[in-house]
Amino acid sequence: MSKINVSIVGASGYTGGELLRLLLFHPNVEIKQVTSESYTGKFVYKIHPNLRKSSTLKFSSANELEPCDLLFLCLPHNSSQNRIDEFKKLAPKIIDLSADFRLKDAAEYERWYGHKHARPELFNEFVYGIPELHREEMKKANYISSAGCNATASILGLYPLYKNGLVEIDRTVIEVKAGSSEGGNKVNEGSHHPERSGVVRSYMPTQHRHSAEILQELSFGKKISVHFSATAIDIVRGLLATCHVFLKDNLQEKDIWKIYRDTYGNEPFIRIVKESEGIYRYPEPKLLSGTNYCDIGFKKDEFSNRLVVISAIDNLMKGAAGQALQAFNIMHGFDEKTGLEFTGLHPI
Amino acid sequence: MKTECPVCGAAIELAEGTVVGELLECPDCGTELEVVTLDPPEVKEAPQEEEDWGE
Repeated sequence: MSKINVSIVGASGYTGGELLRLLLFHPNVEIKQVTSESYTGKFVYKIHPNLRKSSTLKFSSANELEPCDLLFLCLPHNSSQNRIDEFKKLAPKIIDLSADFRLKDAAEYERWYGHKHARPELFNEFVYGIPELHREEMKKANYISSAGCNATASILGLYPLYKNGLVEIDRTVIEVKAGSSEGGNKVNEGSHHPERSGVVRSYMPTQHRHSAEILQELSFGKKISVHFSATAIDIVRGLLATCHVFLKDNLQEKDIWKIYRDTYGNEPFIRIVKESEGIYRYPEPKLLSGTNYCDIGFKKDEFSNRLVVISAIDNLMKGAAGQALQAFNIMHGFDEKTGLEFTGLHPI
Repeated sequence: MKTECPVCGAAIELAEGTVVGELLECPDCGTELEVVTLDPPEVKEAPQEEEDWGE
């Protein structure tokens, strides 16, 4: 079988590096070019040292990009929307890992991102990149916009409940605890080790941009409210979303099990984690490092109609590069799990 | 012989030769279950040792 020629635009960041790690071992992929303006001409392993002896690729400038079958865009937000025509000319298929084409509504984009979108007329050309929600659209898609990490964990955790209309739609609270790699590889005063180490830093108590994606994907035509907060904690990879919802009816845990099983029973990367014994009874991000799983657990409050849904992912994998590769596999009719079989490490 | 996990509702298949009092694990939620009766087939949550787990 001939291989798909791909290039990564913006491959020196954490997401680009993770994607490169995955693609290097994908049996149906040939990596043509990887770009970085800061490191043009350097071997990729100089920036991604885990790739020593795995690749002799060097970074190119984006100006040197040649036509290929598919472009992965790992650029900072607000970049791809201004250069999309240039990228479309280079490749018939694009997977954008930035936030630029995730939303479907220009006013919502402006409300959450604080500026007008450069190309809102292209919104509907992009499929929102969570395969568990949009697999059939992905099979026919040329353009996919990979979902945000916090949004992915939150949406996957709550999707079965919202889809089936089981929760009060104005009383959802989500608290995400996130690792430092969510902030990317650009340093700032807050990321300086003496300041960052050991923190439990409430960095976005309200108005996190990923809220817009959660609202979009869970609304099902209704006006819903989702109250989202994010806290930075002392891990590098991974995030845990703790979602509080209020059930309309007095469902029992067995009923909720059935709902999650019906929705995700055949999903290769979703695991329901809710055990009554052992150390890891609920989802734990550290066990997911390097994997594409989203682990989801739940617990019904016996004294109220509150249901707590807990979901965990590796933000660089199911929250970025892994999910993008899963979408790539679906687009091309490959086994969805190709290149994503790693089951994680224990202990870690 | 088929029955249902009392915790998560998953289908439980009791193998030939299963006896009352036998312990098994639910394939979905991992709960340890005890066979209560065979006719009709029925299982219950097996008693757990109390653990000091974040109390």
